[in-house]
Amino acid sequence: MNVDLYERIWMWGTAGMLALFFGSTAVAAIGRQFQPPSHVETINPAAALSDPRFASRGVWVDDQGGVHVTVIGMMFVWLPDHVTVPAETPVTFHLTSTDVTHGYQIVRTNGQTMVIPGYVSRFTTRFAPGEYLIACNEYCGLGHHAMAGRLTVVPAAEWAGPGTAAPAAPAPEGGDHGSH
Amino acid sequence: MARTERLALANIWVAVLAFGVAAAMAVMQAISRANLELPFRSSRMYYMSVTAHGVLMALVFTTFFIMALGYVTADKENGKLQLPRVGWAAFGLATTGVVLAAWAILTFKASVLYTFYPPLQAHPAFYIGLTLVVVGSWLWVLEMVLSWRAARKARADRPVSLAMHGTAANAILWAFCTLGVAAEMLFLLIPWSLGLVKTVDPLLARMLFWFFGHPLVYFWVLPAYVLWYTLLPKEAGGRLFSEPLGRMVFVLFLIFSTPVGFHHQFQDPGISANWKLLHTFFTMIISFPSLVTAFTICASLEVAGRLRGGQSLFGWIRRLPWGNPFVAASLLAMLLFLVGGFGGAINAAYMLNSVVHNTAWIHGHFHLTVGSAVALTFMGAAYYFVPRLSGRRLELVPLAKIQPYLWFLGMLLFALPNHFTGLMGMPRRIFTTDYAGAAQAHAWEAITGLTALGGIVLFVSAALFVQVMLVTLLMGQKEPQPPIAWAEPLGEPAGGYRAGLWDRLGLWFVVAVVLVLIAYGYPLWDHFQMERFGSPGFKPF
Ligand SMILES: [Cu+2]
Ligand SMILES: [Cu+2]
Repeated sequence: MNVDLYERIWMWGTAGMLALFFGSTAVAAIGRQFQPPSHVETINPAAALSDPRFASRGVWVDDQGGVHVTVIGMMFVWLPDHVTVPAETPVTFHLTSTDVTHGYQIVRTNGQTMVIPGYVSRFTTRFAPGEYLIACNEYCGLGHHAMAGRLTVVPAAEWAGPGTAAPAAPAPEGGDHGSH
Repeated sequence: MARTERLALANIWVAVLAFGVAAAMAVMQAISRANLELPFRSSRMYYMSVTAHGVLMALVFTTFFIMALGYVTADKENGKLQLPRVGWAAFGLATTGVVLAAWAILTFKASVLYTFYPPLQAHPAFYIGLTLVVVGSWLWVLEMVLSWRAARKARADRPVSLAMHGTAANAILWAFCTLGVAAEMLFLLIPWSLGLVKTVDPLLARMLFWFFGHPLVYFWVLPAYVLWYTLLPKEAGGRLFSEPLGRMVFVLFLIFSTPVGFHHQFQDPGISANWKLLHTFFTMIISFPSLVTAFTICASLEVAGRLRGGQSLFGWIRRLPWGNPFVAASLLAMLLFLVGGFGGAINAAYMLNSVVHNTAWIHGHFHLTVGSAVALTFMGAAYYFVPRLSGRRLELVPLAKIQPYLWFLGMLLFALPNHFTGLMGMPRRIFTTDYAGAAQAHAWEAITGLTALGGIVLFVSAALFVQVMLVTLLMGQKEPQPPIAWAEPLGEPAGGYRAGLWDRLGLWFVVAVVLVLIAYGYPLWDHFQMERFGSPGFKPF
């Protein structure tokens, strides 16, 4: 196939750009484990409220001192709808839904995940101090636009600690790597 | 040709009517963004209108217009259709489907949006109607593939026209990817909405939907590419630069459009990160044929501009026929697509996606792609084809000339601000944006007013298009029209091109199947190994 010289240059340039995208994505994803929320774990949505993993909700701390937040989404509220976490500390969110699909989005951060009934979502990220709106970003019915919550991030030294005991049956490890 | 013309015009009629209703529905959304307190404004009305707008624009207007273009292309290739009656059966099935689905939506029984994720549950007529549209389009695929084969046979070692090549590649891509949504409908959603099964697996449904949902994007875009390659250089007064590369481009889309669906599910639980990464790499590859297209089309346009007397480095741009409605619509569509392409690379980026997923950025983005690159090109194409198909001259020409510019302006006002509010975290598809006075939501307010204004300008432009179409189709002066003519390639060797590797669509289809088995085979198998809990239906609308 006879291809014009300039077009050849253009195609090689395009290929080079794509190689750069490939490389940078591979380094970040595989080398540094920067990945979207991809936890694989199932749950019975009809019994989620009493499931040991979700029966006590809110902020808790694990044996190693890691900060966690457990949240259930249902039409049209987040349970709990206000959480307070320490700044510049990795916080791991665990979420599920008892009814339709919702989207947990902490506005102006990279903290978000789909919340799909029958599945447990998990992501880890850290925050700068401030007040954040938590919106539902997946259409879930006529109250979708009203499904919201609040995240308060305080400097780590001022954080009063967890509000909730660790769940009786912590979620199994493995199968995922949260975003950072 | 008279029979084919009638069939094509019938499809264009449905497309134009669906477009008109969908555009009217969009006004509802503009009113919401402008925060106007009108008596009929309610969240029930809003989410119904979002569903109707999405289904009628993205699924009905596009599909019917693409079917019409396909019939015209096939007829021009062979002088006839292979199975004209099957074409009418396709039209009947698909139109019945549209009526069923539209009834369910407009009577508030199916406010599930055009992505219809379960466990939101619509009336069965919604799912059955959309399935009929797909089944009808399969009959169209049959005609396209048979026409392509007949043309190949008739030409021995010469290739079919680039228009027929691209159309056939697109039809094969469509037949393949719609298997995903057909499986979702037939095995999951229809039995479940009829009460035959109690629950569905929402994640499985999402995987099947996006198996279809991303190639759907290319099913929309490829006919616009076909027009840019084969009609635009001709209408602009030039020739097509590097025709053989165009054949490669359509084959690359056929291969790489489908194994990429997880880039719509980056934020989903239940799919492991490594499979999302594989889909990300395939997604990057799919930008290659688009970038090649950008070069080829610009070069073809420069040829046209210089043939028209354009001199300096950029002087040829001014010489292009900006007053020709089809040319103007295509050029403006490309400019908007340029912006949309950059945004798309961000959507598909493995890590950046978490900043924009399901925000206003997303609908800002796809109004530049499907809403401009595709829809605006199709509107321009309607100004070209409808007179030639109906034997009536284009009426209200001044309106047809300004309509693309109004669309361009409206889209800038609508889509760019949505990108900004999206980056500021505003979710998509929300009836109100105030979030009980939250400070972060307050920051969006000034910008959402601009999108509302853009919506109104777009509505005016849409109304002009529908008006030109109706007046031309119903009352246009009957007079002889010039024939449909594809662009001549530049630098064609003496004796013409020979059919080559890129013309072997059957072979490339096999490659596409293999790639999809790799990208989807294991994740789906793995999915079925898990203990899964289904969901009953919910109708919160
Ligand atoms: Cu929601
Ligand atoms: Cu996509």
